[in-house]
Amino acid sequence: MKRRVGLFVTCLVDLFRPSIGFAALKLLEAAGCEVLVPATQTCCGQPGWNSGERASARALAEKVIAEFEACDHLVAPSGSCAGMIRTHYKDLFPGEGAWLARVEALAAKTYELTDFLVRVAGLESVPGDYRGTITYHDSCAGLRELGVKQQPRQLLAKMPGVTLKEMKDCEVCCGFGGTFSVKFGDISAAIADAKCEHVAACGADAVVLGDLGCMLNIEGRLRRRGDDRTQVLHVAEVLAGKP
Amino acid sequence: MHFKARAGKALADRKLQSVLKRFGGGFVEKRAAARAELGVALFEELRDAGAVIRDRALATLDVWLLRFEQEAQRRGATVLWAHDGAEVRRLVLDICRRHGLKKAIKSKSMLSEEADLNEALADTGVTPVETDLGEYIIQLAGEAPSHIIAPAIHKDREQVSDLFAEHHRRARLTDIEQMTREARLMLREHFLSADLGISGGNFLLAETGSVAIVTNEGNGRMVTTLPKVHVAITGIEKVIPTLEDFAALMRLLPRSATGQAISNYVSLLTGPRDEGDLDGPEHMYFILVDNGRSNLVGSDLQEMLRCIRCGACMNHCPVYQTVGGHAYGWVYPGPMGSVLTPAYVGLENALDLPQAATLCGACHVACPVKIPLPELLRKLREKQVQAKLRPRGERAALRMWGFMALRPWLYAPLTRIGARMLKLMGGRRGRISRLPLGGGGWTLGRDMPAPEGRTFRELYAKRGGGASE
Repeated sequence: MKRRVGLFVTCLVDLFRPSIGFAALKLLEAAGCEVLVPATQTCCGQPGWNSGERASARALAEKVIAEFEACDHLVAPSGSCAGMIRTHYKDLFPGEGAWLARVEALAAKTYELTDFLVRVAGLESVPGDYRGTITYHDSCAGLRELGVKQQPRQLLAKMPGVTLKEMKDCEVCCGFGGTFSVKFGDISAAIADAKCEHVAACGADAVVLGDLGCMLNIEGRLRRRGDDRTQVLHVAEVLAGKP
Repeated sequence: MHFKARAGKALADRKLQSVLKRFGGGFVEKRAAARAELGVALFEELRDAGAVIRDRALATLDVWLLRFEQEAQRRGATVLWAHDGAEVRRLVLDICRRHGLKKAIKSKSMLSEEADLNEALADTGVTPVETDLGEYIIQLAGEAPSHIIAPAIHKDREQVSDLFAEHHRRARLTDIEQMTREARLMLREHFLSADLGISGGNFLLAETGSVAIVTNEGNGRMVTTLPKVHVAITGIEKVIPTLEDFAALMRLLPRSATGQAISNYVSLLTGPRDEGDLDGPEHMYFILVDNGRSNLVGSDLQEMLRCIRCGACMNHCPVYQTVGGHAYGWVYPGPMGSVLTPAYVGLENALDLPQAATLCGACHVACPVKIPLPELLRKLREKQVQAKLRPRGERAALRMWGFMALRPWLYAPLTRIGARMLKLMGGRRGRISRLPLGGGGWTLGRDMPAPEGRTFRELYAKRGGGASE
């Protein structure tokens, strides 16, 4: 019986990089899953949650739960969204037994993409054929909320053309922080700049990561610094290869 | 607090940026090494134990404080209670008058910073001399501390050489060992001539009525034993029940702060000099300060009171390491400061601080007593919203997003338009140099990569993937 996986595309992938959504889909199918894409999905509610707009976040959480709870798993190409659902949704329903049961059930089957592919689906080989030296940026939520660290590296290690070179401070925040990136744009860009320095110093052709917020932030700063060479890639697109 | 303006200044301060880049990572590396040396599994167990010990003390804080008072008094110390900074100043000045004190030496006390004590003492003609080397340096510079453990961490050797040359009226030195020796020489005078010693306190031990002082320099001992009067000022949340609790926390504190297994000096001071003692103060006073702490007890911010003032959070914070401690505008910088400042000086007086965080969680992971700092910051953001302290435009934008995201029939066409528009704006190069409206903050220092131009939703539907129910 195939696993029925609900793909949570994420608002940023939907708007900016649909190809990453398709890459995730391809990988999940390669892992033998039946992939469903609930059509009404929009946002996990994190922007409201982090900003203190509890009601708005809660309304979106209710929607996500209703949309995905029938699936065997919810998988997102984002540590930040998966983390929101897995670790923070319960805080939106304090003391509400019925909702909490549904939240717990969904949280228990919610995964970041590489974590799912390694720990649940046991994906043996990946279709991608990237050739080059890459370095991996560990997105904060994925790392600290979900324990995503070895999983992307394990998957990338299956690619013979990929050489992984760890950069200094790969676990240090890139400075995105959601609305922080516009509210405190100067500090955010300065933190991004430090990340870009480390990327440059390690000499990789590409920096690979698992979250769109980090991706847009790091790429945006690299280009402003005049670096048009270094690629910024989502781990899904590296692993999935050409569409 | 105008954090934003100060942060902007800090970003433009090339000397500060150079110092941060060169020295910012030091404590992080040292802590990691100490943690590995002890053994990661044991260190993490200790963190769990540390949180339990602190929570246990906070759960019945009043009991332990009264016990401390009892034990301290039994051993001849006087215990005074200060509601706020003003009362701290009044009590200290009272003590000076009572004993005819003329000159104060200080070892580090963040509470004395909260109370603006130095100014008050200077105003009455009792010169307070900071003897912690870092505090001494910034006292010469007329600045506030920028880090709770290393107050002068924002200064480099060149700047200190300049300060010493200016104030010591001697030849300018550049060798660190020589400079330290010169500072010792200067400070010796003060140690021997002071009649009042003011210290902070890392912990108050209820079991014995002692104050624990954890230092790397000998000034802590000089200040607390040479002058005839010793005043220890610290916050009421510092009380811990037993010596065993202290031992456990001491396995965490120096490792988390500076990467040392133990600091050079660990002092437990219990009462003034006894008859027959060769040294010690004749009179010992405790000033136990509230200044907002009791408000946090029983609140949803109570976990912040676990803090053992190690500084690990700010060492690991990408924001602190980018703007330095002065940008935070009050006594406590970094993540712990971003919680304590609004808690102690008022939510409305520190609007930026809880917002100026990426919620990356590095502070939480580093905290020896597992304070959930990102969650506390988020709670403060929520309190700001509830108190209607957020700008209208910001609330409107977030509400609009929420409104849209709840209505796929609206969300889908709007994001389709958005994807196309942003792609157009990105032009041939595929990037946007200036975002309109609220997005301007992003493009100050970065480009915005252009989207691919179509949404996943529409492309997936086109491919024939549609309903999934």
